[in-house]
Amino acid sequence: MMKNDTVIDAHNISKIYNPETIPVFAVNDVHLHLNRGEFTALVGPSGSGKTTLLNLIGGLDRPDTGNILINNIDITKLSANKLITFRLNHIGFVFQSFNLIPVLTARENVEMIMHLQKSQRMDRDTRIKQLFEEVQLSDKIDSRPSQLSGGQQQRVAVARALASKPQFVLADEPTANLDSKSASNLLDIMAKLNTEEHITFLFSTHDQRVIDRARRVITLVDGKIVSDTLPTSTA
Amino acid sequence: MWLVRLAWLNLWRNKSRTLISMAAVFFAVVLSIVLSAITVGAFDNMIKNLVSYYTGYIQVHRAGYWDEQTLENSFRRSTSMEDSMMNVNSVSGITPRLESFSLAASGDVTKGVMVVGVNPKTENQATMLENKLVAGNYLNETGNEVLLCEGLAERLKLSLNDTLILIGQGYHGATAAGRYQVKGIVHFGSPDLNDRMLFMSLNTAQQLYSAEDMITSYVFVLQEHSDLDETAEQIRHLLSNHYEVMTWGDIMPEVKQHMESEIVTDRMFLVILDILVGLGIFGTLLMMMVERSFELGMLMAIGMKKSKMIFLLVSESVFTVMGGCIIGILASIPILYYLKINPIRFSGELAKAYERFGFEAVLPASTEPENFIWQGLVVLCIGLTLALYPVWKVIKMDPVSSMKR
Ligand SMILES: Nc1ncnc2c1ncn2[C@@H]1O[C@H](COP(=O)(O)OP(=O)(O)OP(=O)(O)O)[C@@H](O)[C@H]1O
Ligand SMILES: [Mg+2]
Repeated sequence: MMKNDTVIDAHNISKIYNPETIPVFAVNDVHLHLNRGEFTALVGPSGSGKTTLLNLIGGLDRPDTGNILINNIDITKLSANKLITFRLNHIGFVFQSFNLIPVLTARENVEMIMHLQKSQRMDRDTRIKQLFEEVQLSDKIDSRPSQLSGGQQQRVAVARALASKPQFVLADEPTANLDSKSASNLLDIMAKLNTEEHITFLFSTHDQRVIDRARRVITLVDGKIVSDTLPTSTA
Repeated sequence: MWLVRLAWLNLWRNKSRTLISMAAVFFAVVLSIVLSAITVGAFDNMIKNLVSYYTGYIQVHRAGYWDEQTLENSFRRSTSMEDSMMNVNSVSGITPRLESFSLAASGDVTKGVMVVGVNPKTENQATMLENKLVAGNYLNETGNEVLLCEGLAERLKLSLNDTLILIGQGYHGATAAGRYQVKGIVHFGSPDLNDRMLFMSLNTAQQLYSAEDMITSYVFVLQEHSDLDETAEQIRHLLSNHYEVMTWGDIMPEVKQHMESEIVTDRMFLVILDILVGLGIFGTLLMMMVERSFELGMLMAIGMKKSKMIFLLVSESVFTVMGGCIIGILASIPILYYLKINPIRFSGELAKAYERFGFEAVLPASTEPENFIWQGLVVLCIGLTLALYPVWKVIKMDPVSSMKR
């Protein structure tokens, strides 16, 4: 595997809550290396630090120790404002729920990212069309979030995460609020994007059926990686 | 542009909240405009009544006259001085007076009276003296005839066409004495004036007091809505320091003080109103920021800069507050015009006092544009100041804690 295939390279990262009183090592000296095209699940019991780790890697939170290199840029050294722009251009996010702005249509929710990136109208239109085809929601493109099912909303969130052409997509329990059918449908779409478009995904989950779909599974316990089953094959 | 559109859409996501905020602004604007229009209008009207009653808006005397009101402090009437004072923009009329005390005698009754020598024509323009006639006729330019105030006439037991004798001291110690016919009886609402005033033509008064060409004051009538203090300053500028220029407020300081304290009370009321409205708007902003904390955190997570979010939230506040303000101002216009044409009538002690002076007991609303703009601006400023709350929240915001639920 070539070095320039690296998208995330995190060393010695820790996040300690309440350092003065009863310290909680939410993330404890973690090393994480992720390559382009991976489809990786982050698992572990509740409170093991999955969300905290994803927030650190996504540049939403700052670690107390360590460095996080994305595309060879150390995001722990970026100013708050630069970090926002960095997230916009390099990282896609899918959250557990309420990803979408309720007053905007599905299309406008996705388009918003492109507005933030100041992309041209023409590029926007073709890209949006393509994204909605990929998440199989071309027929719901002008619906408002309230008119969509939870699974459909998460698929729009995936389309939005991809709108900026990010290096990778972080998803913190994207299926937690979905029934099993919608969950597996969302995983189908993510897996397809991974194999066909080489989109890199790192997602946390509790759901064994979702874990089974991953090609690499990282297990956290008490903020430490206790097991890391490497990919059996690469896309 | 898309952010402005998003702000607009956000306004309607919680219609009732937006409408409550707008309604709060609307009522604040309407109430403060109407209240201050009535206050301003009522005071304008009261001042107009008051000054056109006797004192005029401004008086010019020889320096020192006000402290020592004697003929020795009179001055020579000058047409060139009058012309230059008439040239001051807001001055619409000037009338000269010669005022001094005398004893009035009729039969065996004697009383101290205030003799006011006036130019019949210009005096009438300034204080509508002729309208105060209850019997007889108005003064001519010359002739040994006087107008007696009703109360004084009673005390002297005089009626129309009777004669009375005035005895006093004239200019430079000359003896002043004369015999005059009662040409008319005038009624003054103020008992103070009604019991001691006597009017004659300026020429007659100058003869009586051997004060040819001399006067004690010029009384000014101003155009409507002119700036009193500024006009007084302009007149002061024209004259040497041999003269004193006094506004009605200097002449009647108690009245002015009373009005000012009334204005302060009204202002306080408006401030309380504004605070209440401000609290109402602040409450809705507080609620909104709690409700939307997750969403704003998420927007920041996916790459919206704080400056953009601030723009978004301030736009939302501007839409709400401006909307309420503009509708409020528009709604106040017909209300004020209605209140100007059909002024509020009041009753009670004050109304009796008003009517005694011959004024109508009404509170006409002022329709000066200044008032609309000011009250609208005040509420707008309050609204926009409150919009700093979401701005401050966004500045402090970090995505992780705002997205925690
Ligand atoms: N803001 C905070 N202050 C203090 N402790 C925190 C804070 N956020 C998280 N923690 C603690 O850090 C640890 C890791 O939390 P985290 O949310 O990352 O776990 P998780 O693996 O995502 O759990 P779950 O599966 O329930 O989502 C927990 O013990 C949690 O209580
Ligand atoms: Mg979690």
